[in-house]
Amino acid sequence: MAAAGDQLPRLLALVPWLLAHPGERVTDVAAEFGVTPTRLEADLNLLFVCGLPGHGPGDLIDVVYEGDRVSVHNADAISRPLRLTADEALALVVALRTLAEVPGVDASDAVRRALAKVESAVGGEAGPAGRVAVAVESEADVVSVATRGLEERRRIHLTYYVPGRDETTERDVDPMRLVLAGGRTYLEAWCRRVEDVRLFRLDRVLDLTLLDVPAEVPAEARPHDFSAGVFTAAPDDLLVTLELAAAARWVADYYPCESVEELPDGGLRVALRTPDTGWVRRLLLRLGAHGRVAAPDELAAQVRADAADALAAYDGG
Amino acid sequence: MSARKTERLLNLVICLLATRRHLTAEQIRRAVPQYDDCASDEAFRRMFERDKEELRDLGIPLETGSDSVWDDEPGYRIARGDYELQDIALEADEAAAIGLAARLWQTAVLSEPASRAVLKLQAAGIETDGRVSGALEPRVEATEDAFAPLLAAVRAGQAVRFPYRPVGAAAAAERHVEPWGIVSWRGRWYAVGHDRDRGATRVFRLSRVTGDVRPVGAEGAVVPPADVDLVREVAGIAHEEPAATARLRVRAGRAADLRRNAQQESSADGWDVVTHDYADADRFAEWIAGYGADVVVLEPAEVRDAVIRRLRAAAGAV
Repeated sequence: MAAAGDQLPRLLALVPWLLAHPGERVTDVAAEFGVTPTRLEADLNLLFVCGLPGHGPGDLIDVVYEGDRVSVHNADAISRPLRLTADEALALVVALRTLAEVPGVDASDAVRRALAKVESAVGGEAGPAGRVAVAVESEADVVSVATRGLEERRRIHLTYYVPGRDETTERDVDPMRLVLAGGRTYLEAWCRRVEDVRLFRLDRVLDLTLLDVPAEVPAEARPHDFSAGVFTAAPDDLLVTLELAAAARWVADYYPCESVEELPDGGLRVALRTPDTGWVRRLLLRLGAHGRVAAPDELAAQVRADAADALAAYDGG
Repeated sequence: MSARKTERLLNLVICLLATRRHLTAEQIRRAVPQYDDCASDEAFRRMFERDKEELRDLGIPLETGSDSVWDDEPGYRIARGDYELQDIALEADEAAAIGLAARLWQTAVLSEPASRAVLKLQAAGIETDGRVSGALEPRVEATEDAFAPLLAAVRAGQAVRFPYRPVGAAAAAERHVEPWGIVSWRGRWYAVGHDRDRGATRVFRLSRVTGDVRPVGAEGAVVPPADVDLVREVAGIAHEEPAATARLRVRAGRAADLRRNAQQESSADGWDVVTHDYADADRFAEWIAGYGADVVVLEPAEVRDAVIRRLRAAAGAV
């Protein structure tokens, strides 16, 4: 939360903000500025002794309360906000450049126009923004159909690839929103096949069709909480322990692990929870000598059987 | 910062913005009542020096000069044109796009300055609350400890040292890097820069920085090459030009993601024969091995042998 050292820059934004938004609720203003109402009132109290040199009654800034609403008057000298600082310009410009990379229907055009105007307004302050980049991978065709589905509240038929089970699935979904997270774009939707909310990674959508059926997202559909990441394990998911050689340390970066323990040879022992072991079995086939299932034993046996099964095709070759 | 000090600095800013002439330190002392707290001229001088420094640190363009060649004492003022945010005429959808952009960052080092920028735009009368039609919700996280110090170093143009453990390395080693930029690629952050010890461009994954990132040398000493493409440097690790083509037998209805970039040659008895380009035999084999019994490599031998090697290890045969 805001430290006392932020008070002056906050006041220099707060005064013009209140001049532009007279009569807002103190609690709403505090929320906009990310401070407590008490802190905001301390800010406002300080304005009473500030103003033009002379500091007579006509020179000071007026703060007027009407019930829980507040307005500011007589603050012409600081009626415009301070230009953006270098870090503010960078954060905004890089965010807009990132958004401009995301395909949308008509949004990208508005983003590009806004970006051009902000870049020209901040001038040289945007220089270091070129040193921060966010790469976005997204499928323009899929996004545009999904966006129409959302806008027109229509059901979508998806042909979706599930890599964990190496399955191509057909399902009807009712779209809820499109989210860019972890560098990937997801369609969040109520899946009528599993009767639950599912995230569909757009690069795994093999085909999609807009249906002439209105979407019906049930009231109990709860959107995914992205603050904990894209994947969240359930406590009753199977706990799997893997031992990874140094060359397979990337697994700990790539999959959300419950625990990661260093091994003496530079490898790792990781524990993760999953509702579906298909992808773990496939991962272990890929890792070959660089990984093994330490627990549970049944899963280790399945991986050995999968590998033997695959090898059978090469016998005699 | 105490309330008394904030009052003093705010009055100082108002005083310097309101004046057209440059004001001398003595005139400023009389104009800002909070300077009465100073017990002596020396105390005032020191306080005023610190205050000027503080305003400049906040990005307030404090100007030094004089209005006449006869003035031998420097004067101060803030030029309104340099201080104020320029007028930005934004359409409603552009303003909404800015509101959406400001919500992109899920990390305080970037979300806080982005929010402050939006508050300033709102203070200039721009309403950023509208809806952006057809937009998706963007979220960019940065959970790596090395993110904030590397962002600061990149912004400042300053070299850094940090312990780094590449994938496959048994231990971390100290690196000395001139960071050119940082890139989020597939949800992970990378630093791109010149590795001083290796004398070459290197890409560092921030999650593999195992300790403190320490700035070294002067700010502004690092100047990125004009033609550097940060995303390409990072993405280049994975995107290599295909070097050869493999022929594979794929079980009907399986490996749909592999088929997307494959050409089908023939189909019989529940199996398809396809061709697929690859850049690195071992990495391609790693991917193919994941399909188990559903994909069989026909040729070339380098891929076939690499797959068999992995499967033998997974089967516990080695």
